[in-house]
Amino acid sequence: MQLTIWTYEGPPHVGAMRIATAMTDMHYLLHAPQGDTYADLLFTMIERRKKRPPVTYTTFQARDLGGDTAQLFMDAARQADEEFQPAAMIVGASCTGELIQDDPGGLSKTLGLEIPVIPVELPSYSKKENWGAAETFYQIVRTLAPYGEEKDRSENAAPTCNILGPTALGFRHRDDVTEIVKLLESLGICVNVVAPLDAETRDILALRHADFNVVLYPEIAGTAAQWLKRTFRQPFTKTVPIGVGATKDFIREVADIAGLDADVLLSKADSRLPWYSRSIDSTYLTGKRVYLFGDATHVIAMARVAEKEMGFKVVGMGTYTREFARDVRDAAKLYDVEALITDDYLEVEDQIQALQPELVLGTQMERHIAKRLGIPCAVISAPVHVQDYPARYSPQMGFEGANVLFDTLVHPLTMGLDEHLLNMFRDDFEFNDAAGPSHLGHAAAGSQKTAEEPAQPELAGAADVQADDVVWLADAEQELKKIPFFVRGKARRNTEKFAADNGLAEISMETLYEAKSHFSR
Amino acid sequence: MTLVREKVRLPEVARCDDRPVLRQRGQHEVFCGLTGIMWLHRKIQDAFFLIVGSRTCAHLMQSAAGVMIFAEPRFGTAIMEERDLAGLADMNDELDSVVDKLLQRRPDIRLLFLVGSCPSEVIKLDLSRAAQRLSLKHNPDVRILNYSGSGIETTFTQGEDACLAALVPTLPPEPDNAPASLLVVGALADVVEDQFARLFDQLGIGPVRFLPARLADDMPSVGSNTIMLLAQPFLTQTLQALEDRGATLLQAPFPLGANGTTAWLRAAADAFGVDADTFDAVTKAPRERASRAVALHHEQLAGKAVFFFPDSQLEIPLARFLLEELGMTASEVGTPYLDKRLMAPELNALPSDVAVSEGQDVDKQLARCRAARPDITVCGLGLANPLEVEGMTTKWSIELVFTPIQGYEQAGDLAELFARPLNRKTRLEV
Repeated sequence: MQLTIWTYEGPPHVGAMRIATAMTDMHYLLHAPQGDTYADLLFTMIERRKKRPPVTYTTFQARDLGGDTAQLFMDAARQADEEFQPAAMIVGASCTGELIQDDPGGLSKTLGLEIPVIPVELPSYSKKENWGAAETFYQIVRTLAPYGEEKDRSENAAPTCNILGPTALGFRHRDDVTEIVKLLESLGICVNVVAPLDAETRDILALRHADFNVVLYPEIAGTAAQWLKRTFRQPFTKTVPIGVGATKDFIREVADIAGLDADVLLSKADSRLPWYSRSIDSTYLTGKRVYLFGDATHVIAMARVAEKEMGFKVVGMGTYTREFARDVRDAAKLYDVEALITDDYLEVEDQIQALQPELVLGTQMERHIAKRLGIPCAVISAPVHVQDYPARYSPQMGFEGANVLFDTLVHPLTMGLDEHLLNMFRDDFEFNDAAGPSHLGHAAAGSQKTAEEPAQPELAGAADVQADDVVWLADAEQELKKIPFFVRGKARRNTEKFAADNGLAEISMETLYEAKSHFSR
Repeated sequence: MTLVREKVRLPEVARCDDRPVLRQRGQHEVFCGLTGIMWLHRKIQDAFFLIVGSRTCAHLMQSAAGVMIFAEPRFGTAIMEERDLAGLADMNDELDSVVDKLLQRRPDIRLLFLVGSCPSEVIKLDLSRAAQRLSLKHNPDVRILNYSGSGIETTFTQGEDACLAALVPTLPPEPDNAPASLLVVGALADVVEDQFARLFDQLGIGPVRFLPARLADDMPSVGSNTIMLLAQPFLTQTLQALEDRGATLLQAPFPLGANGTTAWLRAAADAFGVDADTFDAVTKAPRERASRAVALHHEQLAGKAVFFFPDSQLEIPLARFLLEELGMTASEVGTPYLDKRLMAPELNALPSDVAVSEGQDVDKQLARCRAARPDITVCGLGLANPLEVEGMTTKWSIELVFTPIQGYEQAGDLAELFARPLNRKTRLEV
């Protein structure tokens, strides 16, 4: 039994819903009680989908349990088939459905529907959302793909591929697909099928016609891609094209598989990120300490972008995707950090608090943690929030994705020239953080407040942990206030750590600057 | 019958409305009772709600209410895992250790609810025994109670009913010779509760108590001289439990809108022998304020048809308010559960041609809604956007539960909640 207040992933049947909802003519019959219908709102509210997810819940109640819940399931299946006329149906149970052991898979065999009915068994008490999505997609592919016809391809035909992994409720999947389709086509590669996002059931039958598969999100398409490789000898890509370097690697990998000349293709590489990163305004990004947490794919890719393309320093990273823990651990070694593998956000919070990074790249939960700690943050991974479905085109993948990432990573930070000015004028009587913005007029200006520092509760809270036995002398406290507010927390912490390490009971101005020189890079 | 009781005049029990009710059984698109924790944990400030359930329960809680805004919310889920179900771990030992850990971290908690879920009910995990066992262990610092918010037994607001019903046996007894007191039952926003307390005070009614109280140790006492007014319509089980403790119900419409609030207050005033002049003098100003605030939205809403999908059991009182005070019409008023006794005063005030439905078969109901083409559809979050895409105007029903809407001072806000989606439609030119 695990005490949870907040969870990074939903239950596995939500993963199955993401697959069914992504497809255009699939239906999902879910043996589940009425409360489980909440999951619809993930799609209609967060993703603003225009249709209800194609899911029929049997919504059994306590009074049905003594009776025939299996019959309820059968009736619901026939009714759903009649009402929605899907091309295929997946059937399964949610956590409660699993306990009543009606065996939806077995029952579905006796339904006698004229469409393919695919049982998906998702162990709710050991697995989670991404695993559920992967397993569902795999079962659909495994069941339907063999029915596709074999197709001889002519010698001179352009190479073809499938794009696997994008789902409903995915983090920027919609725009990633557009970007990668564009990229592949510009390389002269035909896209045969994109699945499951916007795929029809018959597209699954056509999967085998492609020469190879592009796996955009290994968490979701990995299992299916492995099976397709074994069964139809289709190779699949292992590079996730997030960032300039990874996109170039992806092009090399694709060229290799498709027998094309990578150098020619790479000459078309076109992203603003490299120049923006080299322009002198970006100097201030140098060595910014960044912490990453999210799903494995995004964390691994973004760590590379952060360190190699933005010039940041990765000070910590981790994932909630236990299935890919090894990959994240390996990636973390590249940056001399140890990966945190957990689904407990309190552990993530502790680590962020301990590391005091200057930028957090995480999920919506890390956004909240960072806000509490007064650290800038950009969201790079699911679990998703309505804000993660921007109206504008905003891919993470490919060269346009790299442009988006540059903006995403830089916007939460104070811009270069601004930071320079803030430092230069930090002692200025009216240009300091305690003074309100000039456009708010003098009433809002906090010149009197300078003496009585406006509380920064999150930073004070962070400091309390160790501040108990170290005393700040007045001159040091005064000097600390002159440090720009967005680095003051780190300065306080570092100084206190320095004092503690050196057995000092008091912090004087001297100690403050000793600490500054000790920690300066 | 005690001496005191004789001083209180109880009204005749209202006749039950005998209109036909459409009863349907099919797919229900509703929340389960766990969702009630969202407002209950804000209301009872030193209570913690521990759901004993699955990852789905935890996911529901964070999805339905954007939980992330609370640094450390006073609710959580003890997620059952494979080893618990397979019997590799003793579920009771596991639960005890989760509770120990929790209470250690949160010494401010005085009342802990173990909340049953679909999976815990299906495997028949005995949470009442667990609550007893744990109560002994943590006595007197923390009282531990249990109720079920499972979707197989409760729909949305019925979770509050189950929670309050669990509290009732623990309420202190009121002596038989105590003076008559008024008990307002059902969670109200603090601001609304304070308004009502002031009005009762001005009317000279008292003592007045509220269930639930804001703190675990302040829960009201109850006895044979307790007179109850229900502030919420979904409290069937709680009412039964209070009646078992000797309390008496005042039947009244619910305090929604100017009329509803007046009738609700009047029920108490009549029972406690407040004279008509005093009643008028006390209620006149806020009543007129409420009517003026509601009237601001009359033009936008009059003549418009509303369709209620079943959700909170507030649908019938809300429809009564919209028809009576805003001149709207109703295509269908759906309620997840119809307690004819509690709803009698409301049904009597609803025109007899208004279609009332109980339960749900969501696809059939959607078909009726599309056919009726109402001007505004009140529905859950899962249905709202798809209906908007079809050109319908919708109001999220959950907002009617989370927003303070009861009483005179909120009557205008309540009307505005219905006017806003229509207002928005008229502004947009894209």
